[in-house]
Amino acid sequence: MNGAVVRSRAGLLWLLRPKIRTKLNRAKTDEGKVFKGFLLGFVGIFFWSLIFAVIFRMLQYFRGTQGIGDLLASKLLGLAFVTFLMILVLSNVITALSTFFLSEDLEFVVAAPVDSDTVYAARLTETIVDSSWMVALLAVPLLIAYGVVYAAGPVYYLLAVGTVIPFLVIPAVIGSAGTLLLVNIFPARRTRDLLALVGLFAAAGVVALFRFLRPERLMSPEEFSSLVDFIAVLRTPTSTWLPSEWAATALMSYLSGRFDWFHFAFLWSTAAVCLIAGAWLHGRYFDGGFTRAQEGAEKKEGRTRSKLVDRVLARAEPSTRVMVAKEIRVFFRDTTQWSQLILLGVLVAVYVYNITVLPLYTGEQISFLLINAVSFLNLGLAGFVVAAIAARFVFPAMSIEGRMMWLMQSSPVDIRTIFWSKYWVGTVPLLLVAVPLIVGTNLVLDASPFVLALTTLTMIGITFALTALALGFGALYPNYDTENVAEIPTSFGGLLFMMAAVSYLAGVVMLEAWPVYYFLDSRIQAGQAEVGLVPLLMGVTGAAILTGFAIWLPLRAGIRHVQSVDF
Amino acid sequence: MFESSGAHSAVLTPPSRDAGPGEMLELRHVRKSYGSFVAVKGLDLSVHRGEIFGFLGPNGAGKTTTIRMVAGVLRPSSGRILVGGDDLGREPERAKSRVGYIPDRPYLYDKLSGGEFLRFVAGLWGREGDEVERRVDRLLELFQLAPWKDELIESYSHGMRQKVLISSALIHQPELIVVDEPMVGLDPRSARLLKDLFRTFVANGGTVFLSTHTLEVAEALCDRIAIISQGEVIAFGTMDELREQAHAGGAHLEEIFLKVTGGEAMNDIIEGLREAIAR
Repeated sequence: MNGAVVRSRAGLLWLLRPKIRTKLNRAKTDEGKVFKGFLLGFVGIFFWSLIFAVIFRMLQYFRGTQGIGDLLASKLLGLAFVTFLMILVLSNVITALSTFFLSEDLEFVVAAPVDSDTVYAARLTETIVDSSWMVALLAVPLLIAYGVVYAAGPVYYLLAVGTVIPFLVIPAVIGSAGTLLLVNIFPARRTRDLLALVGLFAAAGVVALFRFLRPERLMSPEEFSSLVDFIAVLRTPTSTWLPSEWAATALMSYLSGRFDWFHFAFLWSTAAVCLIAGAWLHGRYFDGGFTRAQEGAEKKEGRTRSKLVDRVLARAEPSTRVMVAKEIRVFFRDTTQWSQLILLGVLVAVYVYNITVLPLYTGEQISFLLINAVSFLNLGLAGFVVAAIAARFVFPAMSIEGRMMWLMQSSPVDIRTIFWSKYWVGTVPLLLVAVPLIVGTNLVLDASPFVLALTTLTMIGITFALTALALGFGALYPNYDTENVAEIPTSFGGLLFMMAAVSYLAGVVMLEAWPVYYFLDSRIQAGQAEVGLVPLLMGVTGAAILTGFAIWLPLRAGIRHVQSVDF
Repeated sequence: MFESSGAHSAVLTPPSRDAGPGEMLELRHVRKSYGSFVAVKGLDLSVHRGEIFGFLGPNGAGKTTTIRMVAGVLRPSSGRILVGGDDLGREPERAKSRVGYIPDRPYLYDKLSGGEFLRFVAGLWGREGDEVERRVDRLLELFQLAPWKDELIESYSHGMRQKVLISSALIHQPELIVVDEPMVGLDPRSARLLKDLFRTFVANGGTVFLSTHTLEVAEALCDRIAIISQGEVIAFGTMDELREQAHAGGAHLEEIFLKVTGGEAMNDIIEGLREAIAR
């Protein structure tokens, strides 16, 4: 055969090879890889250290609690694993839709003479990596903290790896099977919309539930009516039937000195059974599902034109008018975009709830200083909430034009018009969230009129600046290729935006801290709170200048970048 | 020429502004490089008003890069592009307002309906009102998309998207249509319709600058043709002039194309392929 090697069929590694090579090639050709690597490494180590420190501190506290220390530690590990499990199942269901049914390279793979089990193994591996890397990274400081506190040897760490592997496989198989089932019932593109909704509702539910249950109460046993109740709660397993419980039990039993082989073996054997069942289901139902996934076309009507938008923009240029109307239409018709409003709602609700349960009124008299200091610092926190919302909705604005840049660039519309349309489409709704948020929470806190007025006006400026930062960074670090808008903010550029936003917020808070300090200090010194004109003017002017730069610089940089890029 | 020339022909008429004699499109020493790779090497071309100009070449010759520069999507590394006398680099808005661009890949907003997309494009070119509504209806009717006017584009087939794309290039009454591979994804009936459409557009005073690999289409449609290879024009003129340049009397465009782009080597390649398959 003239030197050519004929393989009987492509194996698992062969199928995974294009993905691995793509990632390697991308990393090799990435111009800013040193900077990115350094920054990501720094942020990664910072968060790891933070998680480690918190867990380590909690475990030390638990260990000091005689009798129930191990129970508390075990409960915490169980809670962590059950949270991981929920996240993993959800993210696997969503990821499996792309890897098994929507990915562009599937045409080649399905057409190639490769057996069903190999395709399943390759796609499942891809699903596990894509959906579980974040959980795996989160588990590292958690499990190390347990190892350190319990002074475990190297075997513990090997055991931890051995526990995490089947723990990641089980939800991946279940998630993929769930997707397989859904795709066989609904068309794939409709399934994606459905999953985006279900996923977000579930994620929102998990966040809300976790927050409203106030897990910090586990740290305060005095809130339970009796110790017996508390221990009873701790002894109740999260669920005997969940792999999270088996993983936690296996690890805790080792740390406590009496290793429970049963749960460890149960975890592995369940993973093996899941894999076999998953491969069988794949062989049986994948072809049908894949065929259905190709039949995406479905008649869907657009809605009638919004009279309100037309009226508000009556005086604008036709190009601005159509840009804004298009932005709004596309947003509300794309489930992956509008459904994020659910997360936004939960984020705001949790934030307001946290403010209402702040223990500011513990003393006999309401502390004027504490309330106003917290109300002022609330500006930074509410600003952070607005930044998170801007990251979700404004940051992807230029990326989603990616494939349509041919139209934008060939039209006689200046790229600045496109930017400004997107800027206003982002700013107005953000103002509608930010202003009620700061006014509402500061009214709940019973802030003084001065602090209320200052924080409200500042929040308006902050919103303008954060929208500009999000839009600018989004244009500087775009992702033009993704089909899923939700993954755009989780990129490197999204991280940089959040860092820039936090730095800007810190700057504004520091600049305005002076007039607020003067205001509160005069109350202490003279018994009467007074507004100092000089500190106020200086602080507000400084914050205004900073805000001006935060609006101007990113927008200018973003516009210049888009103008200079060849699409 | 055109099936229902009356009402439909009206949507294919460019505006009368500045429609004097002269060149509709001029490329002067246009060069485009990507890093150290030079895709287009100092191109000089002029396209007359009222002609269909074919721009041909093998894969990787620089056709799409040139087309995208003319459409204003890419900026040349050096040189000037004049559209109706307006410099695309200095007065991009004026120049672009004369052009309707049909790219080779039909990327559209999936979440807009066909009618909404056409209105959106018209708005980008500063057009709106009843006239736009009439043009939307006529163009969708022309391409038999009227029943799909209010359906979201995500439910359209590849060919339907291509038709929406062609309609979007005509919605704002361009003087020049710049089109990259117009026949991709079209059924024979639609392909025929498009050829008639270009002829009518040109007969009404418009100009078409098209790039294609379908040499029969180029031969049947184009008044003049330029063949580009490795970023340079290697043959240029009417069919007769091309035959003369290639010393290929009476030959069809395919033979001329193969000859000027190194077609002799094709025979060697084909021979090599035969041997490889025989082994």
